[in-house]
Amino acid sequence: MPIIEIKHKSILLIITELFIVIFSSIFTIQALTGNTTRILLVGTIVTGVVPIVTDPLAAWFILIINFTFFTGAIYGVNYMKAFHAQKAQLSLHWISYLLTHICLLAVCVVQNMLVFLLVWEIMAISSFVMVIFESEKPKTIKAGINYLIQSHIGVLILTIAFGWVYIKSGSFLFDAIRIFAHTVSASESFGLMLLFFTGFAFKSGFIPFHTWLPYAHPAAPAHVSGVMSGVLIKIGIYGILRMLFLLPTNYVAIGVVILVVSVITGIYGVMLAIVQHNLKTLLAYHSIENIGIIGIGIGVGCLGIGSENFPMAVIGFAGALLHTLNHSLFKSLLFYGAGNVYQATHSVNIESFGGLIKRMPHTAFLFLIASLAICGLPPFNGFISEFLIYSGLISGWIHGSFIYVFMSVFGVFGLSVIGGLAILCFTKAFGTIFLGTPRHTFDHEIHESNCMALIPMYVIATLIVAIGIFPFYFVQALWLPIQQFTGSMPNENMLAVLTSLNVVQQIGIASLYFIALAGVVWFIRKQLTKDRVITYNETWGCGYVAPNPKMQYTASSFVRTYRKLAESILQFHKYKKEIKGIFPNEAFQTILPLDRIETYLINAPLKRIRYWLNRFSFLQNGSLQFYILYGLLFIMVLITIPFIGHFYHFMVHLLNTF
Amino acid sequence: MIIASLFISGIIVQTKSITSGRKGPGIMQPMKDIVKLLKKGSVYSKTTSWIFQLAPTIYFSSILMAMSMLPLGGSRGLFSFNGDFVFFAYILATGKFFNIISALDTGSSFEGMGASREALFSMLAEPAFFILMGSLALLTGFTSFDAIFQSLHFGSYITYALGIIATFILLMLTMIENSRMPVDDPKTHLELTMIHEAMILDNSGFDLGLIFQATNLKFVLYGMLIVNMFIGNLPLYTTIPLFFVIQMAFGISIGLIESFIARYRMGHNAQFVLILSSLSLLILFSVLLISNKFNS
Repeated sequence: MPIIEIKHKSILLIITELFIVIFSSIFTIQALTGNTTRILLVGTIVTGVVPIVTDPLAAWFILIINFTFFTGAIYGVNYMKAFHAQKAQLSLHWISYLLTHICLLAVCVVQNMLVFLLVWEIMAISSFVMVIFESEKPKTIKAGINYLIQSHIGVLILTIAFGWVYIKSGSFLFDAIRIFAHTVSASESFGLMLLFFTGFAFKSGFIPFHTWLPYAHPAAPAHVSGVMSGVLIKIGIYGILRMLFLLPTNYVAIGVVILVVSVITGIYGVMLAIVQHNLKTLLAYHSIENIGIIGIGIGVGCLGIGSENFPMAVIGFAGALLHTLNHSLFKSLLFYGAGNVYQATHSVNIESFGGLIKRMPHTAFLFLIASLAICGLPPFNGFISEFLIYSGLISGWIHGSFIYVFMSVFGVFGLSVIGGLAILCFTKAFGTIFLGTPRHTFDHEIHESNCMALIPMYVIATLIVAIGIFPFYFVQALWLPIQQFTGSMPNENMLAVLTSLNVVQQIGIASLYFIALAGVVWFIRKQLTKDRVITYNETWGCGYVAPNPKMQYTASSFVRTYRKLAESILQFHKYKKEIKGIFPNEAFQTILPLDRIETYLINAPLKRIRYWLNRFSFLQNGSLQFYILYGLLFIMVLITIPFIGHFYHFMVHLLNTF
Repeated sequence: MIIASLFISGIIVQTKSITSGRKGPGIMQPMKDIVKLLKKGSVYSKTTSWIFQLAPTIYFSSILMAMSMLPLGGSRGLFSFNGDFVFFAYILATGKFFNIISALDTGSSFEGMGASREALFSMLAEPAFFILMGSLALLTGFTSFDAIFQSLHFGSYITYALGIIATFILLMLTMIENSRMPVDDPKTHLELTMIHEAMILDNSGFDLGLIFQATNLKFVLYGMLIVNMFIGNLPLYTTIPLFFVIQMAFGISIGLIESFIARYRMGHNAQFVLILSSLSLLILFSVLLISNKFNS
């Protein structure tokens, strides 16, 4: 007999979430208004003192985490009603959900390396438990294990990096990192920064450490994908920013590294996203793309600090931080939309949808808003942050020397290609899912989700529009977090910065004007066409009178021209059987997009390693006698090692005496 | 500029007719067509949803919006701020996004085909515009349309060369964005070879009128960019007549290009569009040469 009924559990969950959110938000609001909270925990003899610091940077991320987790919980409670029979699994799921939330908050505030690793680890494991909720499917387990292993490689690299600092400085405090930078050479601190970047890149999904993402996101339930894509991968961004802040290093070099990696990440992510047929995999690749955009912002900020170009630094970091918030909003909205579609149709294959806008008008509307936002189109929020990054790049372009111009051109080129490809991708996704005629008849009725699922989505959509129209307030809130990076810079041209930040206000006005303009045109159109004859008829088919849904453009045919262009870069598996003979039987064509980086960087070496290790399989022959022999050999080796040491010393001594 | 938009496609048609030895329909004809369309009722496909009805409005207003950002003859546009060319490009993209999904809304394979091509080609054209505007920004040191065109002046031979390449790029961008001849043939009668026209097969009545007028406006929009390149810093009273002259020349030149160039094969379009990006990189590097950035 469970202690609490399942119905009450969801209420308990929401109350707990609410408590966590309110409790942590008190500190964050204080931090964002200028009062950083510092609490010193005594800690244990191993860890030493554990400072809990809520500074503006942490506060910004805590606010993002809280918002996404809270809306995710409300959406998730409704989403999970379909699984109400699996009571024990549900409890485990929600406990790990809460645990992930708390650990994410802890990661933001803890400033002790050992405790940081500890909460980081709990976060990784509890999010793994969240992902494998549908563990009876082998695919889900495989994706979960993949995620677990890769996030632990990341942890390993972080441990090495922290261990390096500890050995040099003898302290677990984050402040030791700063001291570390002063004691060692510039190249060593640059190496440490690279280690940190690599470690955190595993979490956030920079190329080539992204391969777990496209598996884990589709395997998880919708709200978990939303939360993971919205905030869990952003914690990697937080880590990179925190280390940049702590470790004064060669900002130009690290900026160039981050910028190049990010541009490649962004373009590669969106290029692969376009050819996906699984809606959630498509969204997962878009997360990689957006991480790339955030990374470009960070790179611009670093270059700005390195070249002492104050406006560039401020705008770059502002763009990166704002895009972190924006992406968490529209990506979670997209995943919830995908969740609604999945619950209505039990499918995530884009090719099987069509015309859902008639059955699910709310979901379609919300998905449209999120698609426009993720493409970075005005008047939505994605545009604001992309605009900031653009202006950062352009200001580097104008004022910098050759290397800055070169990097900026690269960045602008990347960003504009990403923008264009994102439009191609989301017109494909939205068009084939919601528009046209149904391509597949489902056995069951397709219903719109109930209002409990839609309310959190509408809340997110409102925020998306609000940031698009009133961006100034949000950029203002970013002022203190940015100052943490740029505070030490000589800021004689404060005015230039303020004007460049004021630009976003003008964008807001322009966006409002655009909406009003569209409204006026719409109104005129309504008035003029009020008493015109309006008839409804079939879609024009060039004289063909018996069109059927199969004749529609599919998602693959929509991107076929693109696929032909991209074939030299991407990798596809094609299976087809062509129509032959006078009485053709069946014919089909399947195209599976592959991840080239995954094939060469992960699968190929793994195959090698497996092949090589197979040669030792004779050791594991199953007979007990051999295993006893191994044990005996092991003990003998243990005994002989000290002897060898003694013998070595003896020989050295002997040689010295001669 | 709106007045100019009324005549532009008439001028193009007229030029094409004259070069092909016909007597044209008169430059007012497209205008009459649009007015006629605006007065008509509509036929909607049963497949379509509200997206299909909303899209032409958004498309039209996005172009009006973009237009209100361009300066003319020393007076700044209605909106002018640093980096406004980014907003310019993205607001046009918003309109395009709606146009594409409205084409997909009909569920017709012709329109899907057109939408697919439109999305791809305009994506490929985007970097060219950004790098071009960026190089101009680098040359002048400003980042808004207004300031860039105000301070753009041609001093040496190399800047003249730059001006010519930039004009060429803008002209070609016009052709791509408006789906004109080397890339697309608006007058073809075979849907399989269309891009933009294939997307609007199902639009009718008021909506179709809006789309046609939007296309005309878009021509003038790009014409205005070119105008601004040359006479951006002249006072208003000389600008307005000059503006019309250049727009006219612009329309005639497009008509001439259309008359003498055959449409490319669809598969080669992508290469053609990418050439523009490399040309704009050429501009960038010559600007770098001029401003001695290589040495610093």
